[in-house]
Amino acid sequence: MTATETRVVVVGGGMAGHRVAQQAAGRGREVLLLGEEEHRPYNRVLLAEVLAGRFPAEVAALAALPDRVERRTARVVRIDRAERRVLCDDGSAVGYGDLVLATGSNPVLPALRGLFDDRLTGRERHRLPDGVFAFRTMADCADVDAYLPEVRQAVVVGGGLLGVSAARALAARGVSVVLAHQGEHLMERHLDAEAARLLAGHLAELGVEVHTECRVRSVLTDGGRRVTGVELADGFRLEAQLLVVAVGVRPRTNLAEAAGLTVRRGVVVDDRLTTDDPHIHAVGDCAEHRGVLYGLAGPALAQADVLARVLGGEDAAYPGSRLLTRLTLNGGSPLDLAAFGVTAPAGPADRVVRLADASRGTYRKVIVRRDEQGGDRLVGGVLLGDLDTVGTIAGTWEGDEALSAHPLHLLTTQSSTTGGPSR
Amino acid sequence: MSDATETHCPYCALQCGMGLRPADGPVPVTVVERPAFPVNQGALCGKGASAAAVLAPGARLTSPLVRVDGELRPASWPQALDRIAAGLAGTAERYGRDAVGVFGGGGLTNEKAYALGKFARVVLGTSAIDYNGRFCMSSAAAGGIRAFGVDRGLPFPVADIPRAGCVILVGGNPAETMPPFVRYLRELKENGGRLIVVDPRRTRTAELADLHLAPRPGTDLALALGMLHLVVADGRTDEEFIAQRTTGWPETRDAAMAHWPEHVEAVTGVPLPQLREAVRLFCGAPTGMVLTARGPEQQAKGTDTVSAWINLCLATGNAGRPYAGYGCLTGQGNGQGGREHGQKADQLPGYRKLDDPAARAHVAAVWGVAPDSLPGPGRSAYELLESLGGEVRALLLMGSNPVVSAPSSTRIAERLGSLDFLAVSDVVLSETAELADVVLPVTQWAEETGTMTNLEGRVVLRRKAVDPPEGVRSDLEVLRALAERLGRPEGFPTEPEEVFEELRRASAGGAADYAGISYPRIAAEDGVFWPCPEPDHPGTPRLFLDRFATPDGRARFTAVQHRPAAEEPDTDYPLRLTTGRVLAQYQSGAQTRRVEALNQAAPGAFVELHPVLAERLGVREGDRVAVVSRRGRTVTPARLTAAIRPDTVFMPFHWPGEANANRHTNPALDPVSRMPEFKACAVRVEAAD
Repeated sequence: MTATETRVVVVGGGMAGHRVAQQAAGRGREVLLLGEEEHRPYNRVLLAEVLAGRFPAEVAALAALPDRVERRTARVVRIDRAERRVLCDDGSAVGYGDLVLATGSNPVLPALRGLFDDRLTGRERHRLPDGVFAFRTMADCADVDAYLPEVRQAVVVGGGLLGVSAARALAARGVSVVLAHQGEHLMERHLDAEAARLLAGHLAELGVEVHTECRVRSVLTDGGRRVTGVELADGFRLEAQLLVVAVGVRPRTNLAEAAGLTVRRGVVVDDRLTTDDPHIHAVGDCAEHRGVLYGLAGPALAQADVLARVLGGEDAAYPGSRLLTRLTLNGGSPLDLAAFGVTAPAGPADRVVRLADASRGTYRKVIVRRDEQGGDRLVGGVLLGDLDTVGTIAGTWEGDEALSAHPLHLLTTQSSTTGGPSR
Repeated sequence: MSDATETHCPYCALQCGMGLRPADGPVPVTVVERPAFPVNQGALCGKGASAAAVLAPGARLTSPLVRVDGELRPASWPQALDRIAAGLAGTAERYGRDAVGVFGGGGLTNEKAYALGKFARVVLGTSAIDYNGRFCMSSAAAGGIRAFGVDRGLPFPVADIPRAGCVILVGGNPAETMPPFVRYLRELKENGGRLIVVDPRRTRTAELADLHLAPRPGTDLALALGMLHLVVADGRTDEEFIAQRTTGWPETRDAAMAHWPEHVEAVTGVPLPQLREAVRLFCGAPTGMVLTARGPEQQAKGTDTVSAWINLCLATGNAGRPYAGYGCLTGQGNGQGGREHGQKADQLPGYRKLDDPAARAHVAAVWGVAPDSLPGPGRSAYELLESLGGEVRALLLMGSNPVVSAPSSTRIAERLGSLDFLAVSDVVLSETAELADVVLPVTQWAEETGTMTNLEGRVVLRRKAVDPPEGVRSDLEVLRALAERLGRPEGFPTEPEEVFEELRRASAGGAADYAGISYPRIAAEDGVFWPCPEPDHPGTPRLFLDRFATPDGRARFTAVQHRPAAEEPDTDYPLRLTTGRVLAQYQSGAQTRRVEALNQAAPGAFVELHPVLAERLGVREGDRVAVVSRRGRTVTPARLTAAIRPDTVFMPFHWPGEANANRHTNPALDPVSRMPEFKACAVRVEAAD
């Protein structure tokens, strides 16, 4: 068992797990990757593009892992910290030197009447009606794809980043789509009302009808448990042969919890991506770092890279990521959107600078906060339709620097190329 | 024109044709136009036009110098040569042959580069030879060989460039470094072609572009991958070309797909819409070219970066056909020829590999020695310099000024100072020559004949126009005299043409085959493009039209991934420093800093900052500011310009001392090319007291 005691065992074959395996192997560690999905790991960021038919699923595959990474299809059911091994559902036990949890997240399924069949028991009870899908994995993508020939109308529940992407992808396939969103406007975590309105307008041009403040109450099915539509809270019914549920995700933390590791919303890790057990680490969607759950691919890769260095014996630390949330709606004229931080001023110390051009459908806004030293800091913003300054904004947000010049330079390339010191 | 000697400029890799007409006065010739030469058609930049000034007596050395009691004093040639022979031989005797090193330069003629490599291998028997070209285009060379099986800066004549549909110029600023080249970019635009320039600074060259992308220094690799990602996602690959003329596509496609555009935007700082526009311009044109220069190449991942740009060309079918392809804008005058004929640590003449038994046998036969007597591959340039005073204890240096041009230059100056013995052969008393035990004054461009190979792979002839001043000898004479003193008088002719005839035989059958090239042919044909294996072979202006120079004739994709710079900004050093050149100076400035007109135009170093950054730092135009890195500190005036990214500062590298930008350069090396990371390191900027 000597070899097994030094190797890195990665649980989860998604992007974060794949990256840790690749990078740790590159630093001389022997790696075993345990994944539940049979097919090759893929780039989850590209799911909407695959669904939209922009390119086939195999193009979204991640690069082959180096030879020194062993890959096994297995579901881990328990961590035995005392013996430093994990137990799999096929009865096997796998010893580890370092264990990496890259278990990702599961889609949240809302409490819709008719979503589950209460007459059934066990696993069957949780089987979704035919034509209802979460949009989270390549398997979901393939299922939706196979179902599409029978679909004229689709309803997407949830107007967050994922729901908007899914709706746009379905529209690109010629399906008429209704996006039902419970909140006051789309992507509330990222956008203010005006930006959301512009986004909704753009979606309409792409063939997506957006309904906000619209709560879906139940899923309607025919006798064979095949979806036929949804019923809204006001009793209105929408016909649909396809229902995509995209109301959020929840980190998969049950292994860590059962093993007695500290779990808040995610598996809690320090700057070395290590849990309170020095031999167990977590990265990606399942990890909570300094109170933050990222749920984005960029930070997951950054975490994986830092962890691989830690596993390689280097002195590395993950400082956290300050990334912009980005959305691209491809089409005849693609729409680009970038958002970060707060969406509205929080008090008198906050100041808003906006540039909007209704005729071009562009919208640019930053929120700047005066700190106690009298300096200005960027605390939030949106760019929609015109991303010329996205690099400058991203750099300023990432660096969290005090702003020297008037924040207008963050919104226009003009002032950033001709400006001089204004003092 | 009739009384002018037809020759070429002493500076960059374009090797512009010029005429030298005898003149009265301290400067013995006047530079005149040579309109018939096709590359520059008479045009010259300020450096070329003023080149004759370096021939003035005051500007150059005319007597050997030998260090006596700690001071360099004039000495006779025999004294100086005896001292060098004793220094080199004594070191070899005491510490072994590999303790004697040789350092060459990309400005040396083919004949000198060839003779220097032969001298190292045959007379000194040392493996310790490399040259400053390693700091120039070695990453492009490695990437080119990896993909195409051979490295020639441009696989097509420069005159093809205006006939491309779209040209992407990555990290090059020819408007300042190679001004006569700019005519081809202007012609491109006049022909309706599009120009995309990738540079963290809005340079004079970027001003010409239809689209300027300004990535963070050190992220060109991600940018190329992001473009390739979009090419695949948009279905713009050339599947027929990929299937028929390449290998390795699936892995490369997978690697590109892992670099999705929004991620690339976050890494590079280039807005996705601009990336999309670049792909639209490149793929929408009938043919495309990518030209790289030092920006993407001088990185610790330079070779992979070059591969990423080559991959973009291959995936879109832009290689191996007319008016398309990948090329490198070589920097030094003989950067191309200098890397082909044996002054590189791992190579023999004809671009042969030193560890290839057949190559060793061929060259050993030409040299009249046993193949086994040739040493094996040695250390790369920075590693060689780093070993000075340690494993290598005596050094013969020709045509290079590493005190100014090497990375982490303060440290390299210390290494040079710790040598038991240093001999420098140069035209002027460079900062490196000042450290030497013996300095030999040698002939320069207008005073000697020899061939150069320009960035197109065109072998051109520099002709002697004036007699050298008294007291000055040629490098070939120096090598001959040292060979005699070290017991090997045969095989070191001093006539350049005689050396070239031997070079032809040594290169015959190699990748860079000069066998069919002769001085009369070069003169008659305005240069001959290699490979040219036979006297009746026309030469090869365009490579790869039928096949690539790989064993199976197919170009090879190399799957590459982005990785950060070896030194990323952090709290203590929050900014990126990148370095480059200015219009009126050349390389370490050893020549140009001695020309009055050029010094008036570009009197000294500076650091360029964005006004937003300057305001945050409280720095005003002209303030003296310190740039501080983990390796050194420089003090120069601040120059404020909105043409640079606010997270990046720029310094030109032509000046010595506290203005020397290379004090900061991170000597992290590319794993394949051994290129140091000149173009990106972490610094902070503060007020200088």
